[in-house]
Amino acid sequence: MIKLQPRREPSTLMVYLSPVLAGLLTLITGAILFVALGYNPLTALHTFLIAPLADSHGVSEWLVKASPILMCAIGLAVAYRANIWNIGAEGQLLMGALVGSAVALQFPESESKWTLVLVIICGALAGMFWAGIAAFLKTQFNTNEILTTIMLNYIALNLLQYAVHGPLKDPDGYSFPESAPFSAGATLPTLMDDGRVHIGFGLALIAVLLIWFLVRKSFLGFQMKVMGMEAKAAKFAGYPEKRLTWLVLLISGGLAGLAGVSEVTGPIGQLIPNVSPWYGYAAIIVAFLGRLHPMGILAASLLMALIYLGGELAQIKLGTPAALTLLFQGMLLFYLLACDVLIRYRLTTTISINFARGAN
Amino acid sequence: MDFDLDIVNLLYSMVRTGTPLLLVALGEMVCEKSGVLNLGQEGMLLMGAIAGFIIAYTTGNLFIGVLLAMLVGVLMSLLFGFIAITLNANQVATGLALTIFGIGLSAFIGASYVGQPIKGFEPINIAGLSDTPVIGKILFGQNLLVYLSFIIFLGVYWFFRWSRPGLIVKAVGENPHAAEAVGLPVIKTRYLAVMFGGAMTGLAGAYLSLAYTPMWAENMSAGRGWIALALVVFASWQTGRVLLGAYLFGLMSILNFEAQGLGINISAHLLHSMPYIATIVVLVFLSMNQNRIKLYAPVSLGKPFHRSR
Repeated sequence: MIKLQPRREPSTLMVYLSPVLAGLLTLITGAILFVALGYNPLTALHTFLIAPLADSHGVSEWLVKASPILMCAIGLAVAYRANIWNIGAEGQLLMGALVGSAVALQFPESESKWTLVLVIICGALAGMFWAGIAAFLKTQFNTNEILTTIMLNYIALNLLQYAVHGPLKDPDGYSFPESAPFSAGATLPTLMDDGRVHIGFGLALIAVLLIWFLVRKSFLGFQMKVMGMEAKAAKFAGYPEKRLTWLVLLISGGLAGLAGVSEVTGPIGQLIPNVSPWYGYAAIIVAFLGRLHPMGILAASLLMALIYLGGELAQIKLGTPAALTLLFQGMLLFYLLACDVLIRYRLTTTISINFARGAN
Repeated sequence: MDFDLDIVNLLYSMVRTGTPLLLVALGEMVCEKSGVLNLGQEGMLLMGAIAGFIIAYTTGNLFIGVLLAMLVGVLMSLLFGFIAITLNANQVATGLALTIFGIGLSAFIGASYVGQPIKGFEPINIAGLSDTPVIGKILFGQNLLVYLSFIIFLGVYWFFRWSRPGLIVKAVGENPHAAEAVGLPVIKTRYLAVMFGGAMTGLAGAYLSLAYTPMWAENMSAGRGWIALALVVFASWQTGRVLLGAYLFGLMSILNFEAQGLGINISAHLLHSMPYIATIVVLVFLSMNQNRIKLYAPVSLGKPFHRSR
């Protein structure tokens, strides 16, 4: 019989190994699922995981997808380290996209790159503002941030729908719910000639470095960590709990807002109803998969972007439903949480033979 | 006279709209009373909705659809239970995984059922009672699943008020170690509570796809699972207030349509935000007094339980 035996101390090896294990188990389950659906599992997995990266165009699309996920996840990790459960990256991203678009549309003829700077800043501020609502409610009224950020996600989505159907709708857009395309001045420059990958990916990498510095090297990062691990100790040490709560929510909201505004000014180029295929929720999984560590999150967001990309390709080539991507995401998180048990417990096999009985 | 009739219709719709919230919130309340926070309601709700729809659509039998939806809810909750209770994983993260998984899986298996017609549960007038003025239609002119929700409500009320198992659930949620010390089965109690939550959410899902709007659409639960979670806080873990809250929110959601009917010219998209805004306002109102929450919330809510042996 297999038994779980508590380890004396958490296994460092398993901290790094369990995401890999979770990835492998998801892969195996995915293959079984493809067989059950009547696809050749090898062809399907090839379409899902390898074919998307076959050429430079694919690689470019991969980084396009990874950018918003990475920005959101790195911000969420900061919040989760401090035990603040921001589930609202999706809403914060949408608000960044919405407000950024509203500003960009004010400069329809602009060629100046200063327009872009203004647009980006407004988008990030919008994300901060949206997360700030949750911070305000939590610090002033003790309102649970899980519930408020989720409600704010739905409100943001409705606001975005309202905007693309109403005030921001392109008057020349043949009644499509879309804004006018942004001017050259409000569009992010691309990094490669033949792809859509844009400066946003660079911004995401800078964010990773800054956050790495914050959590690893700064006293502020230390305070957040203590608050996350033992709130009572943080209180005892006199850490400004409310200020830290504000700070982590503003950081994660700002980064999610940046992700949103980078999407509309980058690969999309206008405001559309489905700016985000749930990047904000995927980022939650990425934050866990990356162990809340900046470098881990970088790797995890590349994997998540691949799942998105593979899902799209499989949809075109194999005709699988779009929801397959979400299904894989949920599965990945389940496996990760289940594998994490190995960090705290050792699997042992016990053979139970009753010797006493033999002697009788 | 005309005015009276409108009020009756309004309250009738209120109960109709509040029912799924009531069911999910009752299930979640039982679950939370045992100390387990299951944030997977939204995912289970959608799985219940699609399972109920597919079964009812293929067999032509609504009742089998409802039963299977409840079973699917229970199975989903067992998956949650295995990871969060047996493996002691973080309950918040596990619940989120359940929701993401449920949204994905329901959309995946429901892809070919979008827009298919089905004949759902019709209102049934209870002879003699439904003719009572005013309350007749509101309480006795609903469909079968609404009546079932009344019975379940009374059952849960009785369970916590007067039954011994109800006491055990509360004891396990307050202090699992003390409960274990006096020989109460903590793990088993938590599993059963979580399974009850799953069954109720599955039922609520079937209500959505077989009675409320007999059809299947991706994400048709529209955040009701989350609102129900907020409702439990709103009700400060008291059964009577869960009912009150669910119907209040039901009323709030239908006021959208009423506002449009009255010619108040607000975008439908903005009106759709109302229930979520209301949820936040209510949460603020209730969380302001922290002692109140502390007084009623199960002490060990959300904390993993490590067996002392």
